[in-house]
Amino acid sequence: MASTDTTGTATGKGPARSDDLAGLEAGLDALDAVQVNRTPVREVLLKKVLPPITAVALVLVAWQGLVWAEVAPDYKLPAPSTVWDGLSDMWLQGTLFEVIWTSVSRGLLGFLLALAIGTPLGLLVSRVRFVRAAIGPVLSGLQSLPSVAWVPPAVIWLGLNDSMMFAVILLGAVPSIANGLVSGVDQVPPLFLRAGRTLGATGLRGTWHIVMPAALPGYVAGLKQGWAFSWRSLMAAEIIASSPDLGLGLGQLLENGRNNADMPGVFLAILLILIVGIAIDLLVFSPLERWILRSRGLLVRS
Amino acid sequence: MATAIAKAEDRVGVEHEYAARIGHVSKSFNGPTGPQLVLDDITLDVAPGEFVTLLGASGCGKSTLLNLVAGLDRPTVGSIETPGGRPALMFQEHALFPWLTAGKNIELALRLRGVPKGARREEAERLLELVRLGGAYGKRVHELSGGMRQRVAMARALAQDSRLLLMDEPFAALDAITRDVLHDELTRIWRETNVSVLFVTHNVREAVRLAQRVVLLSSRPGRVAHEWTVDIDQPRRIEDPAVAELSVEITEELRGEIRRHGQH
Repeated sequence: MASTDTTGTATGKGPARSDDLAGLEAGLDALDAVQVNRTPVREVLLKKVLPPITAVALVLVAWQGLVWAEVAPDYKLPAPSTVWDGLSDMWLQGTLFEVIWTSVSRGLLGFLLALAIGTPLGLLVSRVRFVRAAIGPVLSGLQSLPSVAWVPPAVIWLGLNDSMMFAVILLGAVPSIANGLVSGVDQVPPLFLRAGRTLGATGLRGTWHIVMPAALPGYVAGLKQGWAFSWRSLMAAEIIASSPDLGLGLGQLLENGRNNADMPGVFLAILLILIVGIAIDLLVFSPLERWILRSRGLLVRS
Repeated sequence: MATAIAKAEDRVGVEHEYAARIGHVSKSFNGPTGPQLVLDDITLDVAPGEFVTLLGASGCGKSTLLNLVAGLDRPTVGSIETPGGRPALMFQEHALFPWLTAGKNIELALRLRGVPKGARREEAERLLELVRLGGAYGKRVHELSGGMRQRVAMARALAQDSRLLLMDEPFAALDAITRDVLHDELTRIWRETNVSVLFVTHNVREAVRLAQRVVLLSSRPGRVAHEWTVDIDQPRRIEDPAVAELSVEITEELRGEIRRHGQH
């Protein structure tokens, strides 16, 4: 171990020192290794599932309480049980999934279209300075324009059909998706770009191998918002533009409830719209986002 | 003016007598009061297989010089030649991509170098073995300690198969024990691969511990102020009396350079 004498021959000390170093390094690695462990199922149920169920139960109890207290006549405030009856009626008639699917299929197809347009648009805005200066501000401004505003012109241009719905979805979701990507690209640490350039990732290869994956967290946040905007725009379009040719979606269900002064139907439609929106987010976007953040070590466990 | 980029046949064919040739390089940036001279007439050769450290206080432009050699920026005046192809560069931060595993980070470098798909995995495993991280192929960056990250970064830099490795204070953010081990590791890898190294640091002992030649840069603008050949047998230790002795001499010179800036 005494290796302070600098006059000793290098060849004599070489191999012994090398073994030494390997052992030392293995020790350091073991001491410094970062432990990553998964949460047990019981704890997940207790910490993640129980609280929202409690919240929903409390809302139902409060609702039933208001009904019992008769704060409003029952044509304004229906009891939870009548809304439930409406749901089981639709289930028994077999129309429940048909109505949900009409809207969800429109929404998802429109969202995929928005994805296909918003992604290249976002890349263009983030990477080409002229394009950014030209349409960047308009693109972020469009996010504050309620997509309902696009329904009247869309009806006039395209008529009462599915393409008008898609147009409204696109105008709502494309700016969100593009803006998400732009802010994702803006937040890419310059160090990654420099490291990429020294490895030879320039131009399109740099965009594909470095910029896009580095911008993924911002991009997925944009997708999440894009879905919320798609769903909202679609409901606005379905409520305003009803026509027998369009088929019965959740928006029309709500509008029909209003026309028939059927308050349980209105409540049911609102709840279904809410539940579908949350379900898609919980089943698709949240797992995607969590997986991306966790694999990069960005998810801080509380 | 021109930065010569070597052609591929240069590497296999003609042996050059230098791994990097920095010829009368000056660099100025536009400051608030007009152009600011950062590097002034730097001339420096790195021989094939040589280990050179660039030493200097803050503001001596040593990182700027490294960026110029790496081809990330162009000199205002002068020329830089690196006949061994695009140099590999290691930073103070590991700069590993967090969306890839340790192994895939290395494979990306191999892929960008043009290594065919089938050969990448094996080569990445070999490079991980070289930095003694054989089991780390599937590990995510955040699962590795600081020292392990820098070793993966070293393996990724070596994956570029460049004849010149540029290092910009790569161990400055590590704790002293880990840094000491990585000094040994770098010396071993340098001797095994026979790569040329241009290593930037502000740590005098580190410079003497590692290098065959230490180049001291003055500050604002950076000029070559002094040069020492380090005639101490490798492997060395940072606490070797010979290392300490030369470090004292170099530190005196460095302090003199810094003092000059307080006088006007």
